[in-house]
Amino acid sequence: MEWETVIGLEIHTQLSTCSKIFSGAATAYGAEPNTQACAVDLGLPGVLPVLNQEAVRMAVIFGMAIEANIAPYSVFARKNYFYPDLPKGYQISQMDHPIVGIGHLDIEVDGEIKRIGVTRAHLEEDAGKSLHEDFHGLTGIDLNRAGTPLLEIVSEPDMRNAKEAVAYMRKLHELVRYLGICDGNMQEGSFRCDANVSVRPKGQAEFGTRAEIKNINSFKFVEKAINHEVERQIAVIESGGKVVQETRLYDSVKDETRSMRSKEEANDYRYFPDPDLLPVIIDEAFKAKIKAELPELPDAKKLRFKADYHLDEESIAILTASRALADYFEAVHKKSGCEAKLCANWITGDLSAALNKAGLEIGSSSINEERLSGLLLRINDGTISGKIAKQVFELLWQSAESADHIIAEQGLTQISDTGAIVAIIDKIIAENPNQVEQYRSGKDKMFAFFVGQVMKAMQGKANPAEVNKILKERL
Amino acid sequence: MHNKTLAELSLGLQAKTYSSVELTQLFLDRINQHQQLNAYITVTPELAMAQAKVADQRLANGTADLLTGIPIAQKDIFCTQDVMTTCGSKMLANFSAPYNATVVDKFNQAGAIMLGKLNMDEFAMGSSNETSYFGAVRNPWNLNSVPGGSSGGSAAAVSARLAACATGTDTGGSIRQPAALCGITGLKPTYGRVSRYGMIAYASSLDQGGPMTRNAEDAAIVLQTMAGFDEKDSTSVDVPVPDYRAGLNKSLAGLKIGLPKEFFGEGLDENVAATLATAFDEYRRLGAEIIDITMPNLKLAIPAYYVIAPAECSANLSRFDGVRYGYRCENPVDLTDLYTRSRGEGFGKEVKRRILMGTYALSTGYYDAYYLKAQKIRRLISEDFKTALASVDVIMGPVTPSTAFGIGEKIDDPIAMYLSDIYTIAINLAGVPAMSIPAGFVAGMPVGLQLIGDYFSEDRLLNIAHQYQQVTDWHNFIPTGFE
Repeated sequence: MEWETVIGLEIHTQLSTCSKIFSGAATAYGAEPNTQACAVDLGLPGVLPVLNQEAVRMAVIFGMAIEANIAPYSVFARKNYFYPDLPKGYQISQMDHPIVGIGHLDIEVDGEIKRIGVTRAHLEEDAGKSLHEDFHGLTGIDLNRAGTPLLEIVSEPDMRNAKEAVAYMRKLHELVRYLGICDGNMQEGSFRCDANVSVRPKGQAEFGTRAEIKNINSFKFVEKAINHEVERQIAVIESGGKVVQETRLYDSVKDETRSMRSKEEANDYRYFPDPDLLPVIIDEAFKAKIKAELPELPDAKKLRFKADYHLDEESIAILTASRALADYFEAVHKKSGCEAKLCANWITGDLSAALNKAGLEIGSSSINEERLSGLLLRINDGTISGKIAKQVFELLWQSAESADHIIAEQGLTQISDTGAIVAIIDKIIAENPNQVEQYRSGKDKMFAFFVGQVMKAMQGKANPAEVNKILKERL
Repeated sequence: MHNKTLAELSLGLQAKTYSSVELTQLFLDRINQHQQLNAYITVTPELAMAQAKVADQRLANGTADLLTGIPIAQKDIFCTQDVMTTCGSKMLANFSAPYNATVVDKFNQAGAIMLGKLNMDEFAMGSSNETSYFGAVRNPWNLNSVPGGSSGGSAAAVSARLAACATGTDTGGSIRQPAALCGITGLKPTYGRVSRYGMIAYASSLDQGGPMTRNAEDAAIVLQTMAGFDEKDSTSVDVPVPDYRAGLNKSLAGLKIGLPKEFFGEGLDENVAATLATAFDEYRRLGAEIIDITMPNLKLAIPAYYVIAPAECSANLSRFDGVRYGYRCENPVDLTDLYTRSRGEGFGKEVKRRILMGTYALSTGYYDAYYLKAQKIRRLISEDFKTALASVDVIMGPVTPSTAFGIGEKIDDPIAMYLSDIYTIAINLAGVPAMSIPAGFVAGMPVGLQLIGDYFSEDRLLNIAHQYQQVTDWHNFIPTGFE
């Protein structure tokens, strides 16, 4: 039988607010355990939550970016369950009235555009962390993360294979970073995914029974976990069994999913509106203000880059992967006045490689737009060759000097003085009679040898076009 | 001296007739002499004397407030930094909060002296103060009677002159009912008028703190300090706080008093009814007009309340899990054992009963039938109040069906106990303000009169109460043995 996979994703994005969603405690990652948890986060008796308006703003920005309906009236609810890292015994979340309603996101897989529905996105607080190691059979509780704002984005079951799921997740990852509402750091758990997976015979209208795979924290694992789960479910059905509705955990070490709890064991969360918080009211004026502040979104930017700069798809994809990189490119292009292709090549090439090597984002690049523009200008006006430019780039990366300063100090100016080049070429021809003989007897490849020798003798500073021209004459 | 009202004591302090240190010592001595009432859970003599010394400096240098140097006591539901806050429960018998409730901060800023923390029903769940882990409180008017609840310690302390005033909290009548049963004045403000920050939650949408005092003028002074918007409480309302004393002397000529027939039917003790009738006559003499009204949904208040309040409490009390603070069972074998034994051993019977009721009412399959239904009833009741208060200035009625009942009389009959709040609960569901003021005695036990006003009309209620107290003496009676 031929099987069809149905996938829906729930993605938890940690909103990059300075303070928590219901308290004034900081949200910075990696602090000493329990140093970023105030009385509210600890769930002490008598404390009350106060909504962080910045989290609301970020949720609305997201809603606008996916063209969703923004609820004029949304409600926080209590989701009740006991767990040691859940200090109040309930999580403040949204149930019946989420802040962001139905929207959509377009993904591209194998050149095909597909629209994926977003059912809803709601605000909620994160729980703390339970630490099971290092406590001699006991469990440690770190409440630094408790109360960190999350936007849980729930998709429609619109994806039909793991590749689409990954494309959707990547697209969302790119979007939330573009919007500046999430740092997207998956290792630190800022962007986590639960996948709902089911299979059905191809052509069948009803969905199969789904399993939810919890907490997958990389694109690679999402693909693996889904593929694995699909195989497992097909195997269960084909051997006469039934898929049970349950929550499963993906083990990336063993590359398998295993059951966490069945539907029967699931908590009755007893949601009800949180009486400590007022409904969130969003009016047209607020929406209009957010809309005006909305940055250019990735899809629009890609189209514009293609139209304005005539770059190839790959360069556009790289440059527009983050707003910061795209802005960097545009700044360099504008400042240097150089051709877009030259700017793009340097940014997607040498600069990206250097950033990768150093593990840096463009925002912390040691070469800013100004200094890279300085380098490109000198390539453009012929002061230095492309080869020397790479040398200058290295020095730019290591120092804080301008390209002009480095070129002058190191004496890297390209030599276009024909006299000097002729002298060197004549000397090399005289010193290498055998090679001259070979070249003249038709071995064209020897030409490169002479170019190399000249460049070597001139420490790469010779203008390559001049060298080629004169060599041809003299040989 | 202890028989003076708060307003009188304040004048004496300003005039240096006595010092705050002297006054504080007097009240501390009285607390010590009358321990049989069991009104206090914690007495804080060192703190009180230290605060009194600072207050005397403020009184000397002219920076004093009306409350500066006045010995007060806090219901043990308000968190007090470095002083035990037990909420009347074994669960918090060892709990000292690292912060003050907003209300406590406000009293501190005003320079009031905290004598200690007052006994109460466990987590404010009860109508007799018998559910306290620290034992029942006795009614100063009859030591074998209950003082009412949940603010029973507050009512007993003010009635017996063991504090110049006290704070209380009212979720379904917990200020008004004990005030009525102990013969004092109690005011439950509009929901949102007084900050709930640091006030341990029972039912968040109903809980409201307020003053428990000797008379209406004192209530005006104390509410002035307690009231106000608090950015730490999202449900507090940013409405200006009027000068509550300024309007006390307004005439009541032309005042329209509504008497809902539902308040005077079956179940109301006839002697209480007769006592209230004399109070209404008094109001007529003051120029008021008495109008019969009807509020058809009042009868639904108790069932609606006993769904909503337990539902909220079932979540509010989840934080008491033995993990971070409070009572933890000995040698838990695993997580489930830690939870079940800590909560099983730490909570009393009534608290567990309400957690179970609330958990049930919120469960899948029952939520619509119970919780949503109760919320609909709540809206109907609010509408009843809005309609009634559109045609009258104030609604009056009994606070309790009878005077104080005996200790042990209803504790094993929860339904009978719940019914003792039949006249107070609807007010919390609607969120309007209400007061209980002394209106006479039946067989030597105090009777309370309830005044209910529109949202944020505390100034009007205080005026109506104060005018009555200008022509009556019920609020000045002192229980025998506490003169």
